[in-house]
Amino acid sequence: MKATLILENGTVFEGKAFGYLQEAIGEVVFNTSMAGYQEIITDPASYGQIVAMTYPLIGNYGINLDDMESDGPKIRALIVREKAEHPSNWRNEMELNGYLKQNKVIGLEGIDTRALTKVLRNEGTMAGIITLRDLSPGQIEHKFKAYHNLDAVAQVSKTQKYTIDGNGKHLAFIDFGSKKSIINILKNMGFKLSVYPFNATAEEILQDNPEAIILSAGPGDPNLLKDSVKNIQNLISKKAIFGFGLGCDLLAMALGGEIIKLKYGHRGANHPVKNLSSGKILITSQNHGYVVSEKAAHDVVITHRNINDGTIEGIKHKDLPVMGVQFSPDAETFKDFIDVIGGFEDAKR
Amino acid sequence: MPRDNNIKKVLVIGSGPIVIGQGAEFDYSGTQACQTLKEDGVEVVLVNSNPATIMTDKGVADKTYIEPLTTEFIEKIIAKERPDSLIAGMGGQTGLNLSVELYDKGILDKYNVKVIGTSIESIKEGEDRDRFKKLMERINQPIIQSEIVTSLEDGLRVALELGYPIVVRPAYTLGGSGGGIADTEEELVEILTQGLHLSRAGQVLLEKSIKGWKEIEYEVIRDAYGNTIAVCNMENVDPVGVHTGDSIVVAPTQTLTAYETSMLRSASMDIINAIEIKGGCNVQFALNPISFEYVVIEINPRVSRSSALASKATGYPIARVAAKIALGYALDEIKNAVTGSTYACYDPTIDYVVVKIPKWPFDKFAEGKRNLGTKMMATGEVMAIGNSFEAAFLKGIRSLEIGKYSLNHKPSGLRSLDELKIKVQIPDDERIFDLAEMLRRNYRVDMVSKITGMDPFFVQKIKSIVEEEEKLKEISIEEMDERSLRNLKKKGFSDKGIADLMNCSPDDIYKLRMKWKIQPVYKMVDTCAGEFDAVSPYYYSTYDEYDEVEVSSNKKVMVIGSGPIRIGQGVEFDYCSVHGVLALKKAGIETIIVNNNPETVSTDFNVADKLYFEPLTEEDVLNIIDKEKPDGLILQFGGQTAIKLAKFFKEIDIPILGTKPEQIDAAEDREKFDALLEELGIMRPKGKAVWSVEEGIKEASLLGYPVLVRPSYVLGGQGMEITYGDLELKRYLSDAFVKDKKNPVLIDRYLLGKEIEVDAICDGEDILIPGIMEHLERAGVHSGDSISVYPTQNVSQSIKDEIVEETRRIALALKVVGMINIQYIEYNGELYIIEVNPRSSRTVPYISKVAGIPMIELATRAMLGEKLKDMPYGTGLYKEGNMIAVKVPVFSTQKLPNVEMSLGPEMKSTGEVLGVGYDMMEALYKGFIAAGMDIPNEKGTILTTINSHHKKEFLPLAKKFAQKGYKIVATQGTSEFLKNEGIESMVIKKLVEGSNDIIDKIRNGKIDMVIDIPTKGRDSHSDGFRIRRAGIEAGINVFTSLDTVRGLLDLMDANLDASKVGIIDLGAE
Repeated sequence: MKATLILENGTVFEGKAFGYLQEAIGEVVFNTSMAGYQEIITDPASYGQIVAMTYPLIGNYGINLDDMESDGPKIRALIVREKAEHPSNWRNEMELNGYLKQNKVIGLEGIDTRALTKVLRNEGTMAGIITLRDLSPGQIEHKFKAYHNLDAVAQVSKTQKYTIDGNGKHLAFIDFGSKKSIINILKNMGFKLSVYPFNATAEEILQDNPEAIILSAGPGDPNLLKDSVKNIQNLISKKAIFGFGLGCDLLAMALGGEIIKLKYGHRGANHPVKNLSSGKILITSQNHGYVVSEKAAHDVVITHRNINDGTIEGIKHKDLPVMGVQFSPDAETFKDFIDVIGGFEDAKR
Repeated sequence: MPRDNNIKKVLVIGSGPIVIGQGAEFDYSGTQACQTLKEDGVEVVLVNSNPATIMTDKGVADKTYIEPLTTEFIEKIIAKERPDSLIAGMGGQTGLNLSVELYDKGILDKYNVKVIGTSIESIKEGEDRDRFKKLMERINQPIIQSEIVTSLEDGLRVALELGYPIVVRPAYTLGGSGGGIADTEEELVEILTQGLHLSRAGQVLLEKSIKGWKEIEYEVIRDAYGNTIAVCNMENVDPVGVHTGDSIVVAPTQTLTAYETSMLRSASMDIINAIEIKGGCNVQFALNPISFEYVVIEINPRVSRSSALASKATGYPIARVAAKIALGYALDEIKNAVTGSTYACYDPTIDYVVVKIPKWPFDKFAEGKRNLGTKMMATGEVMAIGNSFEAAFLKGIRSLEIGKYSLNHKPSGLRSLDELKIKVQIPDDERIFDLAEMLRRNYRVDMVSKITGMDPFFVQKIKSIVEEEEKLKEISIEEMDERSLRNLKKKGFSDKGIADLMNCSPDDIYKLRMKWKIQPVYKMVDTCAGEFDAVSPYYYSTYDEYDEVEVSSNKKVMVIGSGPIRIGQGVEFDYCSVHGVLALKKAGIETIIVNNNPETVSTDFNVADKLYFEPLTEEDVLNIIDKEKPDGLILQFGGQTAIKLAKFFKEIDIPILGTKPEQIDAAEDREKFDALLEELGIMRPKGKAVWSVEEGIKEASLLGYPVLVRPSYVLGGQGMEITYGDLELKRYLSDAFVKDKKNPVLIDRYLLGKEIEVDAICDGEDILIPGIMEHLERAGVHSGDSISVYPTQNVSQSIKDEIVEETRRIALALKVVGMINIQYIEYNGELYIIEVNPRSSRTVPYISKVAGIPMIELATRAMLGEKLKDMPYGTGLYKEGNMIAVKVPVFSTQKLPNVEMSLGPEMKSTGEVLGVGYDMMEALYKGFIAAGMDIPNEKGTILTTINSHHKKEFLPLAKKFAQKGYKIVATQGTSEFLKNEGIESMVIKKLVEGSNDIIDKIRNGKIDMVIDIPTKGRDSHSDGFRIRRAGIEAGINVFTSLDTVRGLLDLMDANLDASKVGIIDLGAE
């Protein structure tokens, strides 16, 4: 079935619809990962977005139930150049098409995805509509005006606190929309985790007396989460805190910093980040559209930078065991944090 | 960390002659490395024995030595130049091994040369099987598990540990006999019992079978500070078992989940961190297709064929970055030359599909075994870029120049399904077509996948191509509609492919496309999938919506490259293409290059102003012309690949610079060319086209034996033979007419004379001959396989004058503008012409270098309208220098089972080396050494089998060998002949006499050299064939031309060794 992508700037791409055949509107972003479409589709930090994959063949290895980053797709729509009709992998349990259909997500295929990427790169990410019918200019304008993604975090965060047992340190994990894999990393590292909904209060958390607090990544504009920022301010100086993605943004704001929107975001598996103190470079997976502004608060030290565009990828408090990174952290990064806590505690002694 | 300023002078070792397994990719990486080092103010000393390369060009390095790649010669260079550093990983396995040898022999220490980039200890850690195994165990990376067992019980226990299927390899049996794969305990009992019995040592290696596992490669880079990136991963379409050089390879991986790619990526990083790579490294994995289980097959701690492919596939210049790392830079200090704004420190990401397909030499060796296995057989490869697998794959197929524009393959069509089923299970060069044929007959995709081990993903893609092909067979041109055609083009079908299936002409399709405006757009290769603005002018076509390539209004010229490396068309044509581009740039003209070979310098993104990575077919080139509208097209630098296009472009009126297509045709069409020679009064060996055996025999008796016979429809000496009598001729002719009744056979008088060759530049009025070359072997040996000497040593002034005059007359008569190559024979004091090529030739690079004339630049300027008399090198024959250069061919025939190796009219060599000296013997000595021919100076044993035509000629040579104290072993006939002439020899029984003595002696090292002058090659059952094969397989010198033997004897008389000859910096000349 014919479908059209209409961008806010008026650019139109015509392709074929797949998945669930229903109009969708969202912020159109591109992701440069060559593998990992399933993780991207189900990443809560992508909530509400229309994601265009720059790699042309998507769905090659199907969908499996093990690699989900959450309970289902979080994106509004998926744009690919060519979806695989005959996926192949030993863990292939579903086809991309069927999976999206089942979960009410529309797909658009057969468009010039590189041309779309260049539009977004040059003009910045913008809202877009994928529609199956002909819309009048008035309809289009109306739809764009009505569009917002203000409650993204509330949509993806858990509503109830839950715990994961472990023999290690007890960590509080505030879930703004984290990928499952991050929780799994912590689980595998042996931590005991208490996972809180995004709107858990500082008191609630402190009551459980965790050894440190993790602020997870999540979707949407951090500037909308004023309550969370206040909450975090109440935790700083009481506990060691580590934020990543959205969690890093919120932490920066809590420390008095500012968050700005990137023109077209960092979305892909190949983002080089330099650890400024060790000089080591990490090739990181990223999925964020906002970044800590250079106008950082005076208590904040910049710890990581993106090698390509020089943006801030990591910060820490100059004295307190409080730090954050923009990218998707691996076990090493968490270990570093734990070392910092350890060092901090040693110093206190 | 900034660059290490202690590094001031670096030695770079090249990879030597092109052989199978070590091709043009090292010219690409070596050139890039030299340029990068120089850019950083380092003085570069280069040594490479291969003169056909760009890297050995004046100006690429500061000091250029075309010298044998042996430690003796390199030590001389080190002693003279005193470099402070050596970079080891740029010259393939040859460069790596030499670096290790120099280190082990203490030469590096002696001259205080430090190794920059990956250290020798790291190289050893990666290369030494045992050390590697231990290292992998230490860092918990799995390798193929194996164990040696000596009893059945032992074996059964081990098998339980390793799991079935299990590979059984008895130790010390010839050719793996007694081995096999056991799927069950029952089978193991049977195979192992036999294996233990057969093994002389009673030892059997049991190895876990990874047959059918996916072969995955990672190209990774690490800097000295431990920062690592993965440039590219690749998936072999053929599973483990076929050498990756012989596999169809796709980048990036297609059937691996993110979990699997990240698992293998981090394994790669763990490995290069443990080995402490400082530069590029290739890591090969086998991945179980039904689990996360994997093993590390091997690593290559250097740039490689795969890294060249990865560079071209992503746009990321691996050799350049590796060279920077060697200088001490960290990855984040190296700019990404493609984007110009970001850094080299990231994993490139691509937004297209890349397919590499190998180019095999079986067209030249029809008799060779075509089965692909763990030893590489391809001479070259093509790469194709598309927006889908199908598009890239079909582009790749038509880039191969095997006359295929679809997956339809007649021989496959003639095979029964049963035959096909058996055949696809033993990989060979036709497998992809056989497999397509099975799918065409509705054989199931999953079953094809099961019996070939190819992932169903790929099989299904091929099936979808086949389905479209079948549909096309059913419709006529009138029934074709716009949507279908657009879809076919998107899928990658060529006009010709569509036309052939529909039984119409490609032009019909082209016209429809123009009517419906179905034209390709061009997209950029930018390392970042469009995330950043890029400056690299590197493009590919796709049938998509937006074209991102801007066309300038500058004057521009397009150079057509030479496609994949094959026997007869090697790296020398890439040299010519690149120099054509450079000359045009110098003239202020915008340059566009089109090529499909990922191994070459010409496809480096910074050579031409624009690079189109496309198949070199009429349609694909025309599409670019339609877009760019160049002011001219240069075809004469791209070998036969480019010349082939001349007729087509003439018909559609595209301006071709230099010699016009009709003139090219006049030189290539035998009748037209004969008429021209007649007119000019220039002699050529008499000959005639005959249509029957009888006519042939009659003609031969008129011409007199020996005669040179060849089918009329082939080029490049294919199927050419010299026959000495009626019997042989009769056999040849009846064979030829059985194979092809429609074409005549050409019979020429065979003149056993001196072969002389010239390359000349012509501006339409005057010519310039940079030098005349003389072949060591007499006519009858293909010029590419002859040892060639410049300047001539045994050609009289009057003959030289005649050559200059005739060359001038032919060039002018053919209205040549640009390059021309002519081969002559001097026979009984008279000059005959045997071949004219109105294009640049194989010898251009080396003559340019030793004569000091930038031939391609001059030819290009001539094509642009300049006159030779206005250029600084004059006209006529250029003055001979005081240097002598001897070009020696290098063969890869030992790597191709069952292939004839004897010299003849068909070219067989894959590469060449140059020996340069101030004296003939010195140059010849270096040539022999560089080509890997040992000059026996100890008293050894020579096996001789000489045909009756050559016995007399052999006599003085035999005497000389005898005088030097050599023992001669000969078959009955030769031995008796020698005895009558007073030369003692030991008689050995012929194979046909039922004795295997000859072969055994060769294999057991009892023979030091074979001189075998064959009657006729190619018959794999003949004694001579088997002796020659045994000889080269045992690694001893096998001579099949007495002229070469004479050269060898002269050399032995000269009694040279490395200490007695000097080295010459060609960069300084």
